[in-house]
Order: sequence, then structure tokens, then C-alpha cells
Amino acid sequence: MLIRHAPRFTASEITDPNLYLSRRELISRAAALALAPSLSSAATPATPALQALSATRNAAFSLSETPTKFEAATTYNNFYEFGVNKDDPSRLGHTLRPRPWTVQVDGFVNKPKTFDIDELIRLFPLEERVYSLRCVEAWSMVIPWIGFPLASLLKRVEPTGQAKFVEFTTLLDPNQFPAQKPGFFGFSSLDWPYVEGLRLDEATHPLTLLTVGMYGKVLPNQNGAPVRVVIPWKYGFKSAKSIVRIRLVSEQPRTAWEKAAPQEYGFYSNVNPAVSHPRWSQADERRIGEFRRRPTLPFNGYADQVASLYAGMDLKKYY
Amino acid sequence: MTRPARLALKAFVWFVCLAPLALLAYRAWTDDLGANPISFITNTLGDWTLRILLASLAMTPLRIVFGLSWPIALRRLLGLFAFAYVCLHFAVWSVLDFFFDWPRMWADIVKRPYITMGMLALLSLLPLAATSTAGMIRRLGARNWTRLHRLAYVAAVCAVVHYLWLAKVGVKEPYWYAVALVVLLGVRGWEWSRRMTRRRRARAETTTPRVGSRAENPLS
Repeated sequence: MLIRHAPRFTASEITDPNLYLSRRELISRAAALALAPSLSSAATPATPALQALSATRNAAFSLSETPTKFEAATTYNNFYEFGVNKDDPSRLGHTLRPRPWTVQVDGFVNKPKTFDIDELIRLFPLEERVYSLRCVEAWSMVIPWIGFPLASLLKRVEPTGQAKFVEFTTLLDPNQFPAQKPGFFGFSSLDWPYVEGLRLDEATHPLTLLTVGMYGKVLPNQNGAPVRVVIPWKYGFKSAKSIVRIRLVSEQPRTAWEKAAPQEYGFYSNVNPAVSHPRWSQADERRIGEFRRRPTLPFNGYADQVASLYAGMDLKKYY
Repeated sequence: MTRPARLALKAFVWFVCLAPLALLAYRAWTDDLGANPISFITNTLGDWTLRILLASLAMTPLRIVFGLSWPIALRRLLGLFAFAYVCLHFAVWSVLDFFFDWPRMWADIVKRPYITMGMLALLSLLPLAATSTAGMIRRLGARNWTRLHRLAYVAAVCAVVHYLWLAKVGVKEPYWYAVALVVLLGVRGWEWSRRMTRRRRARAETTTPRVGSRAENPLS
């Protein structure tokens, strides 16, 4: 049993989180409004109490650096389904309902299956891994993730010879993801649902982590609850959040960011200080919580483990 | 407008323009600048530079459209505040963000179009701030001074383009600023073309006087 506390009450006794969250928010918003209108965001709790999730630290796959503050990792997020601003996901994250949840794993596999999220979490031993997360916007964090290698799951469904790529799809539901509703003049930041993809050898690389928790707890909504992928040598946007489908395909998937700005966000998007984003340099980054910029490392410091995947490839062309 | 009224208006402008700085200072004091304080400060200062710059450019259109004369008295003050904010914006970028790494900053200025635009906006505001005193108007002569101060349009266009080019996909704010700028410049363009027509008509009248031309609407 991986969840520490077995429920000692029936499901009907539990208050719907949306109810108490909205109530708590209402009270804190009202209080904040009375005190200082422009500072109300400071008074709103960013993250409700999260269930603890136990996992064994995998030291071989963990950095020895101090993790970024939990507060920072849960209030400074890019999750366009909630909005384009960094504080949108933590402000609006309560609209996402991570239970009940299923993940459909299909495509070119012998054993396609739709997993219930709680079944998925118990499928393999959970590991804690401290990874560096490098955003394409030239900032980075150090996060203790909890999950298991995506390779384990893929092995279980048995990819066929035709499977060459893995496509991840994020939940499409404008009621849970407010920014998926079209805005003014039908304006939308991205073409929903959010789709990301990896080559099969990238997806089955031991570093690629199917992630269900962080900082010893289940994933907060703003960080991609209930299940996301983490690919530490690629820019953060490759790590799809709130996944509902993992499909093995034969063609390279067209990803959401490739559709939105192909010249800026390539399919590979490996962290590479030598290849600039068209509008800014990727040579250095600001580690959240640090004052000075630090140099960005090739493959975000994971070159030893992943550079061989791209042997002979022109990484300027396949950015 | 009476002198006390003008003073009150200016005091109001001082208050509005200093409030964002006070709020930033308060948030810094209470450790409420978010996970990436340098980015937050830079963006806030940039936002307010643009807002105040556009406000300074809105004073003349207020006169043109509504016939108000008092906004003109606030133009210089607003322009100088915009300059103060852009200086702080630049200072945070060069000191807090890049910590005096001039070669790296220079590389960005020449290589990254949005930073080039930002620098151009800053540089075009520099002579305007330097010649903002009554003494400088006298020394330059009203005509030259007016001509020089058209750089305010260059600064505004560069600043808006700077924002448009740096914003990532899906961010709408820069488009609102662009719309505001187009409206403000549009009012001036409309007024300018009206003045040109009037001048041409006046010239035509003095050279070939026509009977009945007085019957036209005298207000046009």
C-alpha cells in the first residue's frame, strides 16, 4: 500500500473539495478585499492540503542540490490551460478535478488498456527523483518528483514494431480548464487539447518519469495533477501535464507548441545553451531562488545519459 | 484653469505615478514579489513605463477631441515619469538581471530585436528628458523643440513593438497597448489632415477669391 493513510470514512462523508475550496476562497478573498484590494492574491491559499505519497528516493537519478521552495514550485507555473500568467495555475487550479481520472494507453500496442489513476499509481513502485527543470523561458527549478519510469508502463502494454513515437494528450474540458474556453473574437492561446510527443527511445529512456507526485505529496493541480510526464533534459513544456491519453504512433506527433510557433518550439526541444530561442539566449538561466544567472548545461546537465540518443544529429536543425 | 486646480491635478499625477513604485517597495518589504522577483520587478516597471508614456501621448488627443486645454499642462510631468520608469526598468535589467555583464547585454541589444527596440525607445526618450526645461525650450526655439519632441512618437512605437516582440504566444496585453497607440496616433493623423485641407483651402481662397465660399460652414 503506497498511500499512507487508508480512508476511515465513506466517500459520501467527504466534503466535495470544490465546495470547501470555493468557500475558503470566498472568505479569504473577502478578507483580502477589505484589507488591500491589489494584494488579494497574497491572501489566497495557493495550494490546498495535499495527500502524502510515500516513495523511495532513487539516489542514482537524483541531484544533490537543494530543491526549490515548495511555495515557489506551486505558484510560479506555466500551465496554459489555466491562463498564460505564472500565477494563473495556482489561482485557478481548484477548477481541475483529478479524481475520478483515467489514462487511456493505446495505439500501436498489443495490450491497449485504460487505467484508473489509482490503479496506475499502484502499478509500479514509486520512486522519488530530484530533477532539474529548465523552462524554455530561461529559468529553472530543482524538484523532487515522485513517479515511475514511463518505460515500465510502455513495456506492460507491449508496443508493436510500428510504434515509433509516443503522443501525450492533456485533458480537454473547458469546465475544468478555464483557458480552454475561447476568449474575445474566439481567441485562444493554443490549439486544444495540449499534445506533446517523444520519440519511442526518448520515452523509454530511464530518466523519463511518469509523475504522480512531488515534495512527498500527490501532484498539486497547478503542477499537472493527477499524472504528468517529466523529461528532465528537455525544456519544461515537453513534459505534458494532466494526461488522459498516451498513444503509440508511427508518425512524429504535431505538438501544441509546434502548431503555435514552429520556428520557436521544435519537436525535440532539448535543453541546449548553444541554440538560442529566436528571441532570447538560452546560454544561461535563473535558478528560482538564486540571484545571479547560472550557465545552462547541454541537455540540462543530463548529457552523459542522453547525448547518445542524438548521435550524428544536427541539433541546430532538430531544435 | 486656476492655479490651485492645476496644482491639485499635478499632485494627482505625482500620486498615481509614484503609487506603483510604492507598491513594489511594499511587496519587496513583505517578501511578496513572487518566485521570480527580478522578472516581476522588470515587468512591472516596463508596464508602467508604457502606461505613463501612452498617457503623456493622450494629452494632445484630449484637446483635439474634447477641446480640453488642461491636459497639456500634465504632458511634461507624465513624460518625465515615463522616462524615470524606463530608467529604472533598464537599471533592473542591467544590474539585477545581468549584473553588469556588459558584453552579454550588448550581444542581446544587437541580436535580439525586442531588446533593440527597447533600447531605441529608451534612447529616444533621453534627449526629450534633457530638453524638458523652459530654458531649453527657449535655447532651442519653440520650432526646433517641437520638432525634436516628435521623438516621443518614435519612443512609443518602439516601446509597443518591444512588448509585442517579447511576449509569448497567447499573451494579449501588448495588443491592447498597440490598439491604444494606434488610436492616439490616429487622432493626431486625423487632425493633421484636417489642418492640411483647411490650409490648402485658405490658400486657394486668397489666390482665387470665389464668390460664395464664405457660405461654407465657418466651423469646418
